[in-house]
Amino acid sequence: MTGDMQALYFKMSRALADYARCIDDDRLEEWPSFFVENCLYKVTTADNHCEGLEAGVIFANSRGMLSDRISALRQANIYERQCYRHLIGPPSILSSGDDDLRGEAAFMVARIMRDGTTLLFATGRYLDI
Amino acid sequence: MDTEGSDTSPTPTATQPGWLAHWPEQLTRVPYWAFQRQDVYAAEQERIFRGPAWHYLCLEADTPEPGDWRTTFVGDASVVVTRNAKGEIRAFENRCSHRGALICLDEKGKGNKGFSCVYHAWTYDLEGTLTGVAFQKGVKGKGGMAPDFKLSDHGPRKLRVATLHGLVFGTFTHDGPQLDDYLGDEITSRIARVLEGRKPVVLARYTQALPNNWKLYVENVKDSYHASILHLFFTTFELNRLSQKGAIIVDESGGHHVSYSAIDRKERTAGKEYAQQNIRSESQYRLADPSLLSGFEEFGDDVTLQILTVFPTFVLQQIQNCVAIRQLAPRGVNESDLHWTILGFETDTPEQRLARLKQANLVGPAGFISMEDGCVGGFVQRGIAGALDKSAVIEMGGDMAQSSESRVTEASIRGFRKAWRTHMGIANPTQAAP
Repeated sequence: MTGDMQALYFKMSRALADYARCIDDDRLEEWPSFFVENCLYKVTTADNHCEGLEAGVIFANSRGMLSDRISALRQANIYERQCYRHLIGPPSILSSGDDDLRGEAAFMVARIMRDGTTLLFATGRYLDI
Repeated sequence: MDTEGSDTSPTPTATQPGWLAHWPEQLTRVPYWAFQRQDVYAAEQERIFRGPAWHYLCLEADTPEPGDWRTTFVGDASVVVTRNAKGEIRAFENRCSHRGALICLDEKGKGNKGFSCVYHAWTYDLEGTLTGVAFQKGVKGKGGMAPDFKLSDHGPRKLRVATLHGLVFGTFTHDGPQLDDYLGDEITSRIARVLEGRKPVVLARYTQALPNNWKLYVENVKDSYHASILHLFFTTFELNRLSQKGAIIVDESGGHHVSYSAIDRKERTAGKEYAQQNIRSESQYRLADPSLLSGFEEFGDDVTLQILTVFPTFVLQQIQNCVAIRQLAPRGVNESDLHWTILGFETDTPEQRLARLKQANLVGPAGFISMEDGCVGGFVQRGIAGALDKSAVIEMGGDMAQSSESRVTEASIRGFRKAWRTHMGIANPTQAAP
């Protein structure tokens, strides 16, 4: 691996670790700042993704829509108190250019309920593409 | 419209379960044990899911060509829907008639001439008719099936199938009501309002695991009373204020319902009642990106929301431009799977499609609205765990199951109970003349 690639790899690993820590620490208000204003953020199933189906469980095409997710969670929606623990695997770099880095990383997220019950909440991959 | 399958073996009718005799007389009480007992669940599977009710199977568009197939559910039963060589839709139980293995393992496929069970290669045509048994005559004159074994005596159960505005319904009962009669004009016309004459495009599918008995979800969908109390997102953005114009329609059987709300162009100053009741809905919450809710006029009738259910487990939803089908599959006494299909239409412009993608955020497991419905059934299931001898109180809006101009009513939950009782063989209280 060249020095440049090592730097990119480090950058991506660090971004993913910071991203997960932000959520696991419940600093959700900071979460939208990991995205650009003109972002596209989708949470969907592997099947929908493979079939090219456009909609998802979550669809946002602006940072404002991401902020709205957080304010809804904080102020509007009703759910049981719970917290999360992300485990993110080592990222793969798919391509890199002057101002452009594409990669993916596998994740597992555990959900911990208030009585300690811990569930495997989600498995999947981040596609930063 | 109906297409007959053939050959259903008669199923023995279970003896009348003892608990039926303990069911309360009135529609306003539901014993909590109805959500907790395995024998109730088993009776529901027999009398409702394998009984004369019609069940949503899939979209016609899911199997567009001959040889296409898709698997789905009717209660506990896995079902295969196919398009035969003549282009007709057929459905049969996804169960090999030999040893009971699944015939189709995937969710869908194309270009099949028939099916072969992986276990012992018993083969079926696109109608679900048994066409071959591997080594039926044995090998070198030894082994094989008995000489009097007839393929035509065996096969998975076939469903009677009918289509309506692109939806495929099926029933295991071959001598029950036709789909049109089962639904009635009022429900049929409101399905037509959303789907007639246009070709749906699937935008996403996903399954939401619900930690509760299937009936708790059905009752939640039918409960217009909770909608604007539990779901703050709805009310704050005036998607569904109780004092908006709207109504509940409960069909004669009780089992189907429509709840709708429309823009009341005369009175747009709703909200006083909420302030008086000190309900959470009176917040100053605003969206950073309100384009989430910027829709387009689609139906020409100012109806912003129409939730329609068909007994027992089908939901057609229109929330602004978010059109979706929800198919509920019971998964044992304490669990159910809610299968969502988010729809667009072939005629959508790119802007309209984007509006649908954004509004899809309202529903599903992470939906701004539906999120609470995914957990509240679990709150009930856990809440009633030690209360087998207690009952739910369903008295809002009276004790009958009639249509109502007010949505501060539980009439359609009582309607669900009325239809459920009919199917289960429990007499219903006599309705007073309206």
